[in-house]
Amino acid sequence: MSERLMPAWSLTAEAAASIAIPAEWPHRISRDWAIGGATGVGVDVCILDSGVDGDHPLVGGLESAVAVNFDGAETTIVPDEIGDVCGHGTACAGIVRALAPDCRLHSIRVLGEGNAGSGELILGGLRHAIERGFAIVNLSLSTTKRSFAELLHELADNAYFKGTVLVASAHNMPVESYPWRFSSVISVGSHEESDSYVWYANPTPPVEFFARGIDVDVAWFGGSTLQCTGNSFAAPHIVGLSALMISKHPDLTPFQLKSVLYLTATNTGGAA
Amino acid sequence: MTDDTGFREAAATGTLATEERHRALLQPVVDAARAIFAAKASSIFLLDRETDELVFEAVSGEGEGDLIGMRIPSSTGIAGWVLVTGQPIVIDDLTQDPRHSAQTAERTGYVPKALMAVPLTNGETPLGVLQVLDRSIDRAFSLSEIDLLILFANQAAIGLDLLQAARRARVLLDHGVGPAAIVARMAASLESMDDPRQAIALLEALDAVLRTS
Repeated sequence: MSERLMPAWSLTAEAAASIAIPAEWPHRISRDWAIGGATGVGVDVCILDSGVDGDHPLVGGLESAVAVNFDGAETTIVPDEIGDVCGHGTACAGIVRALAPDCRLHSIRVLGEGNAGSGELILGGLRHAIERGFAIVNLSLSTTKRSFAELLHELADNAYFKGTVLVASAHNMPVESYPWRFSSVISVGSHEESDSYVWYANPTPPVEFFARGIDVDVAWFGGSTLQCTGNSFAAPHIVGLSALMISKHPDLTPFQLKSVLYLTATNTGGAA
Repeated sequence: MTDDTGFREAAATGTLATEERHRALLQPVVDAARAIFAAKASSIFLLDRETDELVFEAVSGEGEGDLIGMRIPSSTGIAGWVLVTGQPIVIDDLTQDPRHSAQTAERTGYVPKALMAVPLTNGETPLGVLQVLDRSIDRAFSLSEIDLLILFANQAAIGLDLLQAARRARVLLDHGVGPAAIVARMAASLESMDDPRQAIALLEALDAVLRTS
């Protein structure tokens, strides 16, 4: 069959055989199949946040660290000379490292340039993360600015099709915010249990999963640890678990990964 | 914002009252938040868009007399993170954070051990941050406490929005050059006169001329 000139928005009968995809799924996905023995090795995870203290023992080093600058017109990516300006990014990185000890952690700092350009910084940082082709991006943040929603939506869809998994913390304020509401990202809220390996699939989205987010011991400035609560700490739990899944099954697409998270959730009978 | 928009906003919300009356909208919120969480202190930061800083607007408890008007950067530290990311956060054992302890002690003279912070927004516009410091640790933390904090945040956001509208209207009243500002200034001058009868007679005559022209 000759190569089709038109984009593959439809599938002809002849073409069906040519897109066979090796999908050796077991009859029932189990946690052992999904993450048993996995360490996150070979998986690039990006923390898009306040910067990360790579020297913190619970973070255990960074592969790269950049910051996004905004000059009022456009954003630029520069080496991060400052590090964490809040402590939060270090906390997220530590949660991911605890679950996926052998993953490669990267930091994109989108905080510290003032509130005024914060939406541009998030967009610029996310665009850079997708260009770099990270396997997973942790987005413990959201923006309420509608003018950024469309661009964020485009970026989220680009990430989805390029195979970069975006994991965003859900916003539990009574306002519309983004990007966690987009179906091309994995959105995460908190449950009240203290087990990092307990996660729930939510049958009534837009929040799709609930993970540990209350009284979490996290890495913070100066080698210290704090106890923190918030959806922003639930997202990196799903990021860490996703890193395990991708390290064991590197060909998982974002769509398949979400399915594996669903099938192995605590409330779907797949946690055994 | 034009003068007329500002005055329509001011008229609609009754914001030409004094700064103190509008600030008084915020104080019950921090007082109640402090009482409900049995906390040592509660405070509201307003985002100053001109300088891109967070300003203490209301304080209950520790620092109540001294902190109003104090400024911190808008996108560093925990309050800055909450403002920029829009995410509520609860942190315990802050005394382990050497940077936070040193900075807050230097600024406020009080180092909290625990902190709850929630963003204040009006629609898509970030307005500031509500904080509750050192809540009672007699009970275990639960998700319902975050929900409660968000309820207070909604009320605080309304108060902050009114305060900002009042300040914009006050600036227009004092410095505006549009017709509405001039009329408002005349009204304020009349109100401050001991015997405005002559001035009122003159204005009534002017009004009559304008109506018939």
